[in-house]
Amino acid sequence: MTTLARHGWVLAGRSLAKSARNPGPAVNAIVTPTLFLVLFLYLFGGAVSGSTGDYLQYLFPGILVMGAGLAGLLSTGAGLAADLRNGVTDRLRSMPIARVAPLLGSVLADVARYLVAVAALFAVASLLGFRPQGGPVAALAAAGLAVTFGFALSWVAVWIGALARNESAVLAFSFIALLPLQLGTSLAAPVATLPGWLGAWAGVNPVTHAMDACRALLAGAPAAAPVTATLLWSAGLVAVFCPLAVLAYTREG
Amino acid sequence: MVTSSEFGFEAFGLVKRFGRTTALDGVDLAAPAGTVLGVLGPNGAGKTTAVRVLATLLRPDAGRAAVGGHDVVRDAARVRRLIALAGQHATVDDELTGLANLVLVGRLLDLRRADAVARARELLDRFDLTEAAGRRVATYSGGMRRRLDLAASLVGRPRVLFLDEPSAGLDPGRRDELWRTVRRLRDDGVTVLLTTQYLEEADALADTVAVVDRGRVVACDTPAALKRVVGGQTLAVRPADPSDAPAVADLLARVAGRPADRAGGELVVPVDGDAVLLDAARALRDRDITVAEFALRLPSLDEVFHALVGSTKEAA
Repeated sequence: MTTLARHGWVLAGRSLAKSARNPGPAVNAIVTPTLFLVLFLYLFGGAVSGSTGDYLQYLFPGILVMGAGLAGLLSTGAGLAADLRNGVTDRLRSMPIARVAPLLGSVLADVARYLVAVAALFAVASLLGFRPQGGPVAALAAAGLAVTFGFALSWVAVWIGALARNESAVLAFSFIALLPLQLGTSLAAPVATLPGWLGAWAGVNPVTHAMDACRALLAGAPAAAPVTATLLWSAGLVAVFCPLAVLAYTREG
Repeated sequence: MVTSSEFGFEAFGLVKRFGRTTALDGVDLAAPAGTVLGVLGPNGAGKTTAVRVLATLLRPDAGRAAVGGHDVVRDAARVRRLIALAGQHATVDDELTGLANLVLVGRLLDLRRADAVARARELLDRFDLTEAAGRRVATYSGGMRRRLDLAASLVGRPRVLFLDEPSAGLDPGRRDELWRTVRRLRDDGVTVLLTTQYLEEADALADTVAVVDRGRVVACDTPAALKRVVGGQTLAVRPADPSDAPAVADLLARVAGRPADRAGGELVVPVDGDAVLLDAARALRDRDITVAEFALRLPSLDEVFHALVGSTKEAA
């Protein structure tokens, strides 16, 4: 297990070195949620909460979940698909390392990028006036939970990338799949205010649980139920999609 | 200390199909430890597929293969500890520097960071890539990528090395360098499988040559025995003045004891040894015939196949 962790870390370093040379996707994954934050805040703040200040307290936790995973998923799957068509995969697969190690590397690199995105989003939000009512420990817990959920979602992205092995197909598919996942949630307004069909979807969407959990933690409100739901969903996603991703990755082609 | 005699490889009756295409149709290959097996064949003969099965990248549909006594399917993890692969499509990362590529391989082979860097620098130096070490591989020439690829394969000091058309795209000087590297590896006890499209390369490096065509091994023997079957060397002479061609044909037939063929402005005759070369040169001088080209050649792949497929047909 320690060997696997070390190999995963080495391969994450490879992915991050590439990110440093080609920072576009990583920067994009910070800029996109920031844009959503600013746009929604000033477009809907008055209408939803009566003031932008109150709305920021509501909106930011959802944006945090978006930044810690969702916004970066596009490039994760596409990057892995590109890797699979690259000869490096042949070398990795003929080496005495676990089959899951290259995928773990990709996911760990994502986690590192999510941590940067989360820090950047906290900085932007505090400039706009956001204050975590639950205190610094709860804020760290919210950040940790958002990144944990992002880690779980990364396995889905890695599975899609390994399955499709085609960057543009992955991008097109992920873009369409991400819209309802990100927006069909409690991101911009409470689920109870959504029309029936959308509310039903938002109610089962695990992203809603993660956003509700972060919102409760940051507000200092009771958070046990949504936090538990988020952790269970995260564990479930990893349990299902990690083996599927390894299968897709080791498939001959 | 294990002895090198344990680290050969063998394959029996390998079959591999991709959809309706049969890439391998019952291939047997073997190399005792510390020898070089040349796998000679045209594009699409199944050379790369055979290498990928032995390197644990593909599962055979039938047959079995073992490296160092370990089955490539059931014991793939053990096999991977012994082997390295330098592919036809260089298996290095374009977006990383040459140094970072080699360090990555070293780290994944559980070298400590400092050891991985030292080993990487040593190999970069050996393959004349020190100056390019800090540049992204995307900026490398084709030949530099091939050398880096080979260097990456050697990081872990493999006992069995698979080289898939390693000289494709190398200029002649670099090819000689590659040949020296392969010979040195064999001297160190490494077992090498090398695929090639050139009899010349197989002849220069291999202890045994397996000729493959359409997923089958059509001949497997030492280079010397193979050359006996396919007619060994050919003497080719191109007279400076094309009107001398009949006279040259005549004298070649006399010194070689066989009729010469005319191909374009060139006359070619199979010869049994290089002694004929001197006789031919002397005869040309005696007649004051000047030549534009005068060469002793190994048969081309086409000629090898012509001879081998012809002979197997006769045998059948």
